[in-house]
Amino acid sequence: MDSVLLIYKGIYILAIFGISLLIATYSTYFERKIAAFIQDRVGPNRAGPMGLLQPLADAGKLFFKEEFIPAKANKTLFILGPGIAMLVAAMSSAVIPFGDTLIIGETSFDLIAIDVNIGILYIFGVVSLGVYGLMIGGWASNNKFSLLGAIRAASQNISYELAMGLSLIAVLMLSGSLSLKVIAEQQAGFNWNIWYQPLGFLIFLICAFAETNRTPFDLPESEAELIGGYHTEYSSMKLGMYLFAEYINIFVVSAVMATLYFGAYNFPFMENLRNAFDDPVLGNNVVTIIGVAVMFAKIFAFIFFFMWVRWTLPRFRYDQLMKLGWNILIPLSILNILLTGGGILLYEYFTK
Amino acid sequence: MTESLFFFFASLTLLCAVMVVVSKNPVYSVIFLILTFFSISAHYILLNAQFLAAVNIIVYAGAIMVLFLFVLMFINTGKNVESTLKKNVLAKIAGTVAGGLLFTIVVAALKDVTLGHPDPATFNSQVGMVENLGKVLFTKYMLPFQLVAVLFLVSMVGAVMIGKREAGEQNF
Amino acid sequence: MTLAERMYLPAIAQGLGITIKHFFKKKATINYPEETRQRSDIWRGLHVLKRDENGAERCTACGLCAVACPAEAITMTAGERKKGEEHLYREEKYAVTYEVNMLRCIFCGLCEEACPKAAIFLQDDKIAPARYERDEFIYGKDRLVEPLKTTETK
Repeated sequence: MDSVLLIYKGIYILAIFGISLLIATYSTYFERKIAAFIQDRVGPNRAGPMGLLQPLADAGKLFFKEEFIPAKANKTLFILGPGIAMLVAAMSSAVIPFGDTLIIGETSFDLIAIDVNIGILYIFGVVSLGVYGLMIGGWASNNKFSLLGAIRAASQNISYELAMGLSLIAVLMLSGSLSLKVIAEQQAGFNWNIWYQPLGFLIFLICAFAETNRTPFDLPESEAELIGGYHTEYSSMKLGMYLFAEYINIFVVSAVMATLYFGAYNFPFMENLRNAFDDPVLGNNVVTIIGVAVMFAKIFAFIFFFMWVRWTLPRFRYDQLMKLGWNILIPLSILNILLTGGGILLYEYFTK
Repeated sequence: MTESLFFFFASLTLLCAVMVVVSKNPVYSVIFLILTFFSISAHYILLNAQFLAAVNIIVYAGAIMVLFLFVLMFINTGKNVESTLKKNVLAKIAGTVAGGLLFTIVVAALKDVTLGHPDPATFNSQVGMVENLGKVLFTKYMLPFQLVAVLFLVSMVGAVMIGKREAGEQNF
Repeated sequence: MTLAERMYLPAIAQGLGITIKHFFKKKATINYPEETRQRSDIWRGLHVLKRDENGAERCTACGLCAVACPAEAITMTAGERKKGEEHLYREEKYAVTYEVNMLRCIFCGLCEEACPKAAIFLQDDKIAPARYERDEFIYGKDRLVEPLKTTETK
């Protein structure tokens, strides 16, 4: 019995890893396609039908490009940088519940890689490590533009992590648990956290943009001022790893937002659907499978939103970025905590 | 299993900590320090204190060490820093004496130490869990917890005061 | 600014609205090799040296096209028709070489106007494609003369 679960976990982890890589790969394609559509173009359409093989072509090209390490660069750290970025990005999807439980025979399989009781803190910690990849890579390049990009990345990530954590606390006050699985289960049906936490969600969303270095917060890699920032000196697949890590981060952050605020795998009338089946096991499995699809639909909607915003808004100026983070988002998130606390107290006062 | 893991992480912690001191390049030192924090977090997980492990990584590895690295990047580490240090005899003697004294204190402190073994009957393995930790912090240790918050506030005000731009001063 | 303006969120939403409108708009792109832009009937494209109804080349190498050419893109050398070549060349004089430099040509169509034998035309359905080498833009008779209809194996 135990070995069955162990094998299942192994397969599940591999599957999640593969899926996040696949989604990251195809994010590059959809990024270009969406950019093109928004700009009234058609985008990549030559490699394969509708250009669907474009990511493979890009990856192949990156692999065969010249590996270039600057003469004065610190070789070890130069190679370590993209490695850390990639490792950290791939690690973070471990605690996200992609679905409820599947019941096959006597065994029930949780659709989550590791259900730790500090799930959201785990993600938070791992995401906060992501900046090391950029910093080490940018510093090791021995190039002032890379260094500036690395410094920008560091200060930006630290600043926005605070507001992100504070906006998260309001959700944790509602759920009373740090486990993402518990948070997901509490939002059954249409009882999503977004109805209680619109302000918190907005703050979290903005911070998510900043944490993943996406436009309008892509100052660490601003190509106009910093010629690419921390990855100025990178070429070949090492550059590819950086870009890949960014897209995996977007995937993970989208999944976290869907879990925290948009009810993860829950969808309206799921209880009605579950009860419509005579066989409870079958009903459970059907609801779970639809739930997984719903979860991925939510994730894709967020990924689309990330790209949509990227091709709409211009980049912030650096002082504006810092002002927004420290002077606006942090006070707002503290206000949000107070409001949530007051709301919970009022609710308990009137219902008990 | 747990025991071998403990010894693995303990030796890793010590190795990384030694490397922090030994490394010539300060950036390497910081990276080894981060690794040290990671292995300490692993110890926390072995002790079933997952919350502490996560917070250790978020606060120390995720925020404080980033700031360390941030500052180090501005220092010109390409030059050989060591040659500029004074290496006179007096400094060497002082170093030896201080190190010897520290060693004596450590030996003296560890001589009479007895390892505390928790009573299996009353020991609660869930004591490190986040719920229990929160309950203890907000009931038994309420006053120290709040005082720490005040301390942080004071240090923040101090930092703001130092960083404040004076009237008429041109910063850039 | 009012509070709503200072929050920027309405402005951001407006911007997002504009971009999503463009997202669903019909694209202006024409996928060139598969589909071509609608051309005018008098479009002047790649040159062709015509043959007469018996398959003999019409050009007599009189040089009027080269004289008329404002870009001096056309060069030719004339030669005399030998016995037994009557089926190849219509007149007694013919162009041994006939070259159009497509980099110089401005596709004005004056050569077409100047030709007394109606031998050179600018096609309305072909253009000179992009190439890697400059030499490849000098089109000789091999690429200019209309292929024989009888030997066409398409």
